[in-house]
Amino acid sequence: MAVEAVRQDITEELGRTDNKVDLPSMSELASYVADQDTESGSEADSPTVGDYTAADPVMTVRDCNVFYGDTHALIDVNLDIGRNEVVALIGPSGCGKSTFIRCLNRMNDTIDIARVTGDLRLYGDDINARKTDVVLLRARVGMVFQKPNPFPKSVYENVAYGPRLHGLASNRAELDEIVQTSLERAGLWDEVKDRLEEPGTGLSGGQQQRLCIARTIAVSPEVILMDEPCSALDPIATARIEDLIDELSQNYAIAIVTHSMQQAARVSQRTAYFHLGRVIEVDTTDKVFTNPGHKLTEDYVTGRFG
Amino acid sequence: MQLTTLLLILAAMAVMSFMVGRQRAIGTAGGYRQIKTLHSLPKYYGYYAAIWCGIPGLILIAFWLAIADSVILDRVIESLPADLRNLPESQLSLVINDIKNIAVGQFASPDSRAELVVAADLYTALHSSARRILSGLVILLGMIGLGIAWLRLRPELRARNHVEGMVKLGLVLASTLAIFTTVGILASVLFEAVRFFQKVPVTDFLFGLTWSPQTALRADQVGSSGSFGAVPLFTGTLLISFIAMLVATPIGLMTAVYLSEYATRRVRTWVKPALEILAGVPTVVYGYFAALTVAPLLGDIGEFLGLEVASESALGAGLVMGIMIIPFVSSLSDDVINAVPQAMRDGSYALGATQSETIKKVVLPAALPGIVGSTLLAVSRAIGETMIVVMAAGLAANLTANPLQAVTTVTVQIVTLLVGDQEFDSAKTLAAFALGLVLFIVTLGLNVLALQIVRRYREQYE
Ligand SMILES: Nc1ncnc2c1ncn2[C@@H]1O[C@H](COP(=O)(O)OP(=O)(O)OP(=O)(O)O)[C@@H](O)[C@H]1O
Ligand SMILES: [Mg+2]
Repeated sequence: MAVEAVRQDITEELGRTDNKVDLPSMSELASYVADQDTESGSEADSPTVGDYTAADPVMTVRDCNVFYGDTHALIDVNLDIGRNEVVALIGPSGCGKSTFIRCLNRMNDTIDIARVTGDLRLYGDDINARKTDVVLLRARVGMVFQKPNPFPKSVYENVAYGPRLHGLASNRAELDEIVQTSLERAGLWDEVKDRLEEPGTGLSGGQQQRLCIARTIAVSPEVILMDEPCSALDPIATARIEDLIDELSQNYAIAIVTHSMQQAARVSQRTAYFHLGRVIEVDTTDKVFTNPGHKLTEDYVTGRFG
Repeated sequence: MQLTTLLLILAAMAVMSFMVGRQRAIGTAGGYRQIKTLHSLPKYYGYYAAIWCGIPGLILIAFWLAIADSVILDRVIESLPADLRNLPESQLSLVINDIKNIAVGQFASPDSRAELVVAADLYTALHSSARRILSGLVILLGMIGLGIAWLRLRPELRARNHVEGMVKLGLVLASTLAIFTTVGILASVLFEAVRFFQKVPVTDFLFGLTWSPQTALRADQVGSSGSFGAVPLFTGTLLISFIAMLVATPIGLMTAVYLSEYATRRVRTWVKPALEILAGVPTVVYGYFAALTVAPLLGDIGEFLGLEVASESALGAGLVMGIMIIPFVSSLSDDVINAVPQAMRDGSYALGATQSETIKKVVLPAALPGIVGSTLLAVSRAIGETMIVVMAAGLAANLTANPLQAVTTVTVQIVTLLVGDQEFDSAKTLAAFALGLVLFIVTLGLNVLALQIVRRYREQYE
């Protein structure tokens, strides 16, 4: 357990009552942490509150740890993502939400200093194994980013990019078909059907994000990961994306990172609360927001910090 | 008084003014402890005084340097007897040269006329009296300046702001100097080129197919009236530049892709400096390499294949020039590729693209305008490159597209036209300026275009 983590915990506790109290020094804290870590069943080792398993899991994550160099960014994370369900990942900034979902399609491979351990599976296939075909994995586990990032190509080419890569269409007609259905399911078809040849970067922010979603579903993934997909959008565009997530959840397993409690409540069936690299609580969204089992979760969802 | 002495005196006066100004500032404030009542720190009052003392004198000296000689020469010419005074301009300038030479005591050629010696004496006398007057004026101006500064110096004087203004003025002057130099160079080239075009029509020069700039030295010589069709030079230049770009563009681009996308940090720290060394090799060394290593090698290979390769082939020069340009292309492209946002790559990876697919389909297309821009800059480098082609390309102005033959380039011809003793108003010599003008216009155009493209591309991602 990191000393800074404890110190920060204490700071946060104090922040709510009286921040004039002198904090213990780092060295005092270090000995305290050492004591805590040797005790079995101390809070550090306490299991996640609630049930992290899903009835019909698509992805299972057990004892996942992530290190960025010396930073321990994720600590013993357990979480399942079930079929046809939306899991919301919430928690204060820097708690490891993005790190977590980037493990699920091995995007952390693109960061030199990142090291991922643990047992991560997609339908029983080991995600983290050395022999896993990352390219195939990423086709099965799609990802939508915080900032819309369409390629500087036409709308059509943006959506056709993945199918072309993986040879999903054997001729132009099939490709047209895939592009159209993807755009339709992303709720963008009506807006762009007359401007398929215009650059994707010329669309509005909300349209761009839906284009990115269309691009992702064009390769028929099994899971869609979304990292704050609405944080750059206005409320109307956000509402459209939320509707879309709702619809998509009938076919895909979805994990969505969000900073908006309302959004998590609206779109997800289950919610996981992350705090300083740990999953503190996982439960049905209803339960997490109305009757949280952990003090930290309660503080967060009632807006007392974060 | 010598000019250097005068400048030294002026500098000493400025230093003295600095101290006087500083002291006076402290004095008006009422002692060193009171300097916070001054608007500026005492040293600024010092600088203020030094500027008042030194700058007017400097301006006067610069002015004098610019005009004194010609004014004095006018007076000297007026004093000459009428027959000398009314000589045509070119001969008059010879006479003036004689006068100057006599004045510095270099050689009084035995046949020089007595009038010239008299004129030379006048020239010397005028010069020394002018310099005396100048010295007096400069010192006087310095003292007046110091006096003005002294009178103006008050605690509330904003010396700091005045000094700031002077600093700014100095910086502006320094930066405009480069611009004026460019304009000056262009003007001189243009001027000489126009003289050339008075002798040879522009159309003959631009569209003529034969280049043989040997003009008759004497009027009675026959058969070498000179032919100034520059097309073979243009095609030769283009051929060699084309071969160079054929080498430099793919290798440079692949180097850039490797360095920016694949290389680990360790590799990068070694390869980048190595490339910079390649860029720092003097072009004359590339010239040896082309002439002594590559050309014989090509000859051998050609012989082996049963092809005839000229000893100074366009291919040899082009290949080596290409190698020279590689670091240029690679470092510019590297910048451009790095400017493609990481989010773009992530988007592609997240769809299951491999690294090379991502580079080919997303990174390079996104970076294309910038890469085109940097390639154009490299082309302009290649066109203007001189040393390699002087050493490795031929002098024969062949109009050919065969890279195994010898061709010549614009730069090579400029060098050969101007090397050695030349008459500076023969068409042959002036042709060099016409070629220079073409070169200047083409490379300038390419650079402007390339920078425009690169800039537009940068804006896209900011
Ligand atoms: N590329 C990286 N290199 C080093 N450390 C990183 C890197 N990415 C994330 N981290 C660290 O890992 C921790 C978790 O970061 P992460 O991005 O997962 O947080 P987050 O929960 O997504 O936060 P936010 O809500 O602000 O997006 C942070 O302490 C962060 O500093
Ligand atoms: Mg994040």
